[in-house]
Amino acid sequence: MRTLLKTLVLGYLLISLTACSDDDNIINLPVPVNEEEVITTVIATLTPQGGGTDITLTSRDLDGDGPNAPVITISGALATTTTYTGTMTLSNETESPAEDITAEVSAEGADHQFFFTSGIGTIAYTDTDTNGDPIGLAFTLTTTTATTGNLTITLRHEPNKSATGVISGDITNAGGETDVQVTYTGITVQ
Amino acid sequence: MKNCLLLLFGLLCQLASSQNCNSTYLGEVKDFHDGSALYGATVYIEELDKYVSTDDNGKFKFHNLCNGQITLVISHIGCETKKVLISISGDTFGTINLEHHSEELDHVVLKGQSGIKKTTTAQETVLKQETLENYSSGSLGDALQEVSGVSSINTGNTIVKPVINGLHSSRIVIITNGVRLQDQEWGIEHAPNIDINTAESVSVIKGSGALAYGGDAIGGVVVLNPTRSIAKDSLFGKTIITGQTNGKGGSISTSLTKTFKNGWFVSGQGSYKQFGDFETPDYSLTNTGLKTKAFSIQSGYKKFEKGFDIFYSLVDNSMGILSASHIGNIEDLVNAINTPRPLTSEDFSYDINNPKQEVTHQLLKAKFYKRFESLGKLSLQYDYQHNQRFEFDKRVGDDRNKPAVDLTLQTQSLNADFKFDADKERLFHVGGLFRYQDNFANPETGVRRLIPDYQKIDVGAFITSEWSLGDATVLDAGIRYDFNSIDAKKFYLKSRWDGLNYNIDFSDIILIDYPTQWLVNPRFDYHNISASAGVKHSLSNKSSVIFNYNLANRSPNPAELFSDGLHHSAGRIELGSLRIKQEKSHRFSGTLLYNNGTFSAITEAYYNVINDFIYIEPTGAETTIRGSFPVWEYKQTNASLMGIDITLGYQLHQNWSLSNKSSYIKGDDTKNNRPLIDIPSFKTTTVLNFQKDKWKNFKCGLKSEYVARQTEYPNNNFVQFIATTNTNVLVDISTTPSAYHVLHFTSSISLNITKKTPVKIGFNINNLLNTSYRNNLNRLRYFADDLGRNMMMHIKINY
Repeated sequence: MRTLLKTLVLGYLLISLTACSDDDNIINLPVPVNEEEVITTVIATLTPQGGGTDITLTSRDLDGDGPNAPVITISGALATTTTYTGTMTLSNETESPAEDITAEVSAEGADHQFFFTSGIGTIAYTDTDTNGDPIGLAFTLTTTTATTGNLTITLRHEPNKSATGVISGDITNAGGETDVQVTYTGITVQ
Repeated sequence: MKNCLLLLFGLLCQLASSQNCNSTYLGEVKDFHDGSALYGATVYIEELDKYVSTDDNGKFKFHNLCNGQITLVISHIGCETKKVLISISGDTFGTINLEHHSEELDHVVLKGQSGIKKTTTAQETVLKQETLENYSSGSLGDALQEVSGVSSINTGNTIVKPVINGLHSSRIVIITNGVRLQDQEWGIEHAPNIDINTAESVSVIKGSGALAYGGDAIGGVVVLNPTRSIAKDSLFGKTIITGQTNGKGGSISTSLTKTFKNGWFVSGQGSYKQFGDFETPDYSLTNTGLKTKAFSIQSGYKKFEKGFDIFYSLVDNSMGILSASHIGNIEDLVNAINTPRPLTSEDFSYDINNPKQEVTHQLLKAKFYKRFESLGKLSLQYDYQHNQRFEFDKRVGDDRNKPAVDLTLQTQSLNADFKFDADKERLFHVGGLFRYQDNFANPETGVRRLIPDYQKIDVGAFITSEWSLGDATVLDAGIRYDFNSIDAKKFYLKSRWDGLNYNIDFSDIILIDYPTQWLVNPRFDYHNISASAGVKHSLSNKSSVIFNYNLANRSPNPAELFSDGLHHSAGRIELGSLRIKQEKSHRFSGTLLYNNGTFSAITEAYYNVINDFIYIEPTGAETTIRGSFPVWEYKQTNASLMGIDITLGYQLHQNWSLSNKSSYIKGDDTKNNRPLIDIPSFKTTTVLNFQKDKWKNFKCGLKSEYVARQTEYPNNNFVQFIATTNTNVLVDISTTPSAYHVLHFTSSISLNITKKTPVKIGFNINNLLNTSYRNNLNRLRYFADDLGRNMMMHIKINY
């Protein structure tokens, strides 16, 4: 009797376990992961303050973390000893129509900051967040002599804006997460 | 009516015959296993207080018995005494089987199974309970380093993966409680989810010779043996409490077992462990805390002839990953490598913040066995494992508390095996396996899946045999066949798919076309043969030699096949390959054992040739909108690993002993003619022990651990453009850390609070001199030093 009981208990366990652990996802195909807040396109628009043609610097990476490198387009050369009003535009062009992310960064300005490493002129922030600290969606670029150089633009999410040097544009102590880092190479100032 | 008559007739017969006391009982006592006659067994009739002994044929006789019932008590050296009721009605004949190994079994239980090996001709070491108890608050990977030739590959000091003779991860099979652990062992940063406190002893078998556990253990097999129960009324247990200064934490582990003479038993065990941030000699390792909860419960019925048990265990780990090791992009890696101290080091805290891992492993097992007279033992086992892995990265905004990796791995296995042990000179073991595994990668993470959804089926069968040639020589041989089939549903970015030329070779497996991705259905079948043969020969009563050959095939694991994408916690893009085939190992080994009572030496040498060895290495960098990341790709090459492991022991004096363990390994990529990556360097550990039983069993020891610098490593350095500084920098990820030497101190005494409650108190200091060092096989070596001085106290109470 005891043996029978044991066999039954064991059998029951076997059956119930086998029955319950079959997963639903065998028949259901997996769904693609929607990566949130994907940024594919970063455009810096430079408008000369004395009037003239806008210069746009575009970095477009439509395959995200895929193997294709971002495509960099520079619409033209900058002029010497000129101050440009700069604006940043971020968007996700994998969606149709493209999703504008600039407004979101602006709204969460206290949690974002752009940093510029410039080989073509000096950069100054011209916007502020709710705490009076810079965001960098708006800035000025002032060129001096003729040169060819790079401009690297980094967007940090949740940087420590109170750390030394951060509000004046030094990324060293900023911390946070890198949302964007693009390098526009070979910009000519003539 | 008819029954009544029969009953009456029976009663009359009984009455009639009870007057007749001329009956003879002729009995025969046999060994249950092989049916051989047992000579010299004592047979005692309780009612008559009469004794006889069995003759050469195991036979005995009692004359002039009255009809009716008698009680026979049969005893024999090496057997459990057995009591049987016999009905005598006229001359009667009966056979009584004795369990000839039961004393051995009891012995095993009382002394712990320690020392009993699983294999005959493999290079096997058994770690005993006393050793394991020192690691009650540590991990399996830490404890296994007590074996010469075993090291570990770490992510910090809490994620510790064992490395056997230079091989790790999927090349090591871990068996706990008879179940092959299925816990995503494929990643370097995935440590085995095991509470070491559940094991009474641990066997480490180098190489793949233990075919019953699997055919793909190219590195080796680790078997954790649980506490065994005895068929007697008993209640026993133990509690170990530890506390330590480094990490300002400790652990408590307790177990209780109740056994009954009738064979039933129930036991339970629980552990809790918590540590805060650990520290190096100079700074705190922010976010390296650990919290572990584990418990297990087991119950069953165990007799010599048959038995069953049901086991359930839960291990819940929450582990912080060094904050400074979080890599945003390649710039952070360069900064970290070029900074001698971590960039972030905060005050001590018990908080475990992101990045962290939370892993829960559950195991349920039911096992049944039955012995067949003169034949052997049949075992059937079913097990179910549920592994839930969350990896949290430093994320921001709404995703802050969302895991970046969320994998649910479920595995069910059915095992059957039969041990033919009737002929002690020639043993056979046959068995089969069916396993079904399902992995589910939760898309809610908002991060593209690194490992896809898949189903996997494994079917295996083996036969092993062991036979003795005279008294001095034992041979063993075995062969195993495994079939592995994997069926995955995976998304590839179209650019990645084309970049890897899958559009040419795998266009037929595309299921669905999404705007930027393909959903594809890779299905692979693998047929693997593994084999083993060995001989053990005693040269004298002091020395013996063992030679062994293993053939093993290992199918690629899901990470090697399917990894695809940015591994945030490692700050690198990892790419598997659908083109990866099985790897095949030929391992030759020779062992020389010598022991004359005061001096013992074990020398183990091996040569392991692995064709199509699967490895991962950096192949360049890719630029994304978030910056640049190094790319690591899985590749195949031919490898050779050869080495020697030495274990020496010398009793200097009644109270003093000296021991040494040393291991050296050379690993080469024979196709590209360069060293293999992540090969442990030369290591030698010497221990001087003092022991005085009279002083409350006082023991103390000084341990010296020297690890040489690994001078043979592949050069995977690369030049990287750093955008923020507008410069090109050489990223040195290859150069190995310097050699180091650390000292450890151990001590313990045993007290008896009452006769039945011995208490052992231990006090140890690790890294006595607070030496700063880094280990080549710690993935966090780029970011921080290893642990500084650690004082530990532990108390063990047995009851």
